[in-house]
Amino acid sequence: MIPLTWATTLLLAAMAGCSDPAAGPGGGSARPAAIELLNVSYDPTRELYRDVNAAFARHYEAEHGTPVTIKQSHAASGSQSRAVIDGLDADVVTLATWPDVEAIAASGLLRPDWTHRYENGAVPYHSVVVFVVRKGNPKGIKDWPDLDRGDVSIITPNPKTSGNGKYSFLAAWGATIAAGGSEDDARKFVSAIYRRTPVLDTGARAATATFSQKGIGDVHLTFEQEAHLEVDEAKGELEIVYPPRSIRVDPPVAVVDTNVDRKATRHAAEAYLGFLYSPEGRQIIARHHLRPWGDAPPPPSPGETWPAIETFDVETVAGTWSNAMKKFFGEGGIFDAIYQPAGDR
Amino acid sequence: MSDTTSRRGLRRSVLPGFGTSAAITSLVITAMVILPLSVLVFRAASLGPAGFLAAAWTPRARAAYAVSLGAALAAAAISSACGLLVAWVLVRIPFPGRRLLDALVDVPLALPTAVAGLVYSALYVERGWLGRFLVPLGIHGAYSWLGIVLVLTFVSLPFAIRVVQPVLESLDRDTEEAARMLGASRLQTFMKVILPAIVPALLTGFALALARALGEYGSVVFISGNMPFKTEIAPVLIVSRLEEFAYAEATAIAVVLLAMSISLLIVVNTLQQWAARNAH
Repeated sequence: MIPLTWATTLLLAAMAGCSDPAAGPGGGSARPAAIELLNVSYDPTRELYRDVNAAFARHYEAEHGTPVTIKQSHAASGSQSRAVIDGLDADVVTLATWPDVEAIAASGLLRPDWTHRYENGAVPYHSVVVFVVRKGNPKGIKDWPDLDRGDVSIITPNPKTSGNGKYSFLAAWGATIAAGGSEDDARKFVSAIYRRTPVLDTGARAATATFSQKGIGDVHLTFEQEAHLEVDEAKGELEIVYPPRSIRVDPPVAVVDTNVDRKATRHAAEAYLGFLYSPEGRQIIARHHLRPWGDAPPPPSPGETWPAIETFDVETVAGTWSNAMKKFFGEGGIFDAIYQPAGDR
Repeated sequence: MSDTTSRRGLRRSVLPGFGTSAAITSLVITAMVILPLSVLVFRAASLGPAGFLAAAWTPRARAAYAVSLGAALAAAAISSACGLLVAWVLVRIPFPGRRLLDALVDVPLALPTAVAGLVYSALYVERGWLGRFLVPLGIHGAYSWLGIVLVLTFVSLPFAIRVVQPVLESLDRDTEEAARMLGASRLQTFMKVILPAIVPALLTGFALALARALGEYGSVVFISGNMPFKTEIAPVLIVSRLEEFAYAEATAIAVVLLAMSISLLIVVNTLQQWAARNAH
């Protein structure tokens, strides 16, 4: 099976070499005629990459004459990272959090300088954590301190198993600090939130179902682009509330060096991620309610503007991502302490 | 085939090609079961005894084992009881639509369990079809221990039914009729004639249902609410540790879970052998 595929690829490459001797840079017979890329991503980007892939394929073929197809894999960000480490043949990864990509780098599949290979630390778009509330905002939730009221119940996934959950936790923590609170205030605030979180779903989409379909909770903490999907789906039953300040969500991207060098797909893979920074790529990203990086980001739709929101990032909250992982979400960390039974501390 | 065997004078076994089948069997068992399990134990062992205990025997982990084990035992018991009833109806009582019902029994095996978890929790939440009647009565079938038992029963029921069914089919009805003619009551007939014959199958069904329920993850996370110390099952802790890329710690919890299911299976198998001996 495998030798046959190789033979076919070589044959196709040779044929391409004949018909089009000037096939693109790096050119000649070493480059396979049709390129297939695998983008290993996380759950909420399904719709985004469907559009990006179609546009990039057109763009790349027009520019280099090589047809390219992109296959997608979507699952929880952390398990996708482990899959790539364990041998899933990804050409590029587009994951939810820095630790998920850094773990791949630590395994040796990425060069350690991966954050310097694309602008903005290899983060082509960002999001913010916002509130989704029920129609008419019956509990009057406008800002983070409103979550600390006894009659408000909150839906957010488990930060230990979900990237979305991690960001929401850090948003609540960071908002307290940004408003002038102490570490102790922040600890009290997040404890209060999770005590009134009746369900700890393991993933972002499960939490969305709990809030929107099962009608549990008064406010759902989630990413801006997920909030838009959720509100559109709910047909008027839900609305988005932008708190004055929140955390900036930075999902990084990287070319998996070892894999693209072996598969000889580096040129297309690098162009693919570069496309996310191009005018066309930024348009598509904005359409999916992700905020494209760079000056004058295009709006989600003509005439619309991005709601203003003051942001802080994970580094502001915890110094580094690794520190955040250890301090907040590690075994015996601050999140675990919230659930320790009173007598057990 | 057996003709060929006897002609060639190889009378070592009733089955032809014993050597080949034995080799294939051990290869399959080694590759599919023993090898992965060895990797599991090997990874966990890399922690050393103190590290193992620190990872797998925390108060939170112990609470999760209790939730997993308790809910799995309850679900296996319910599955066995209901399974016997369903199997009995399918085997003994002819009614229109029996074939369809019989086919439906296997659906839980084919359905992705996450779907089951989502559907069950949607049914039992306060505004769900069943929840709107049950929640006012104080019965919380979603985000509770009861919810875990419900979905575990769903995923383990086919095992309980399918193991008992063929045994009921092969039961000799003459013995029952004889018992009745000799004056035994219906209850006596069931207790003294039918039950002893099916107890081994019931126990096997129970063991399979239990093993299935102990390892279940997909459906449970959607209905349990995953509250630490209350409704958090052990597999959720494993996933939490994997998210930290703490492979060895995650496998330590898995090893405890594995040890629990193996010991339970041994207990049930012993009981089953004992019952099988006593049945004759």
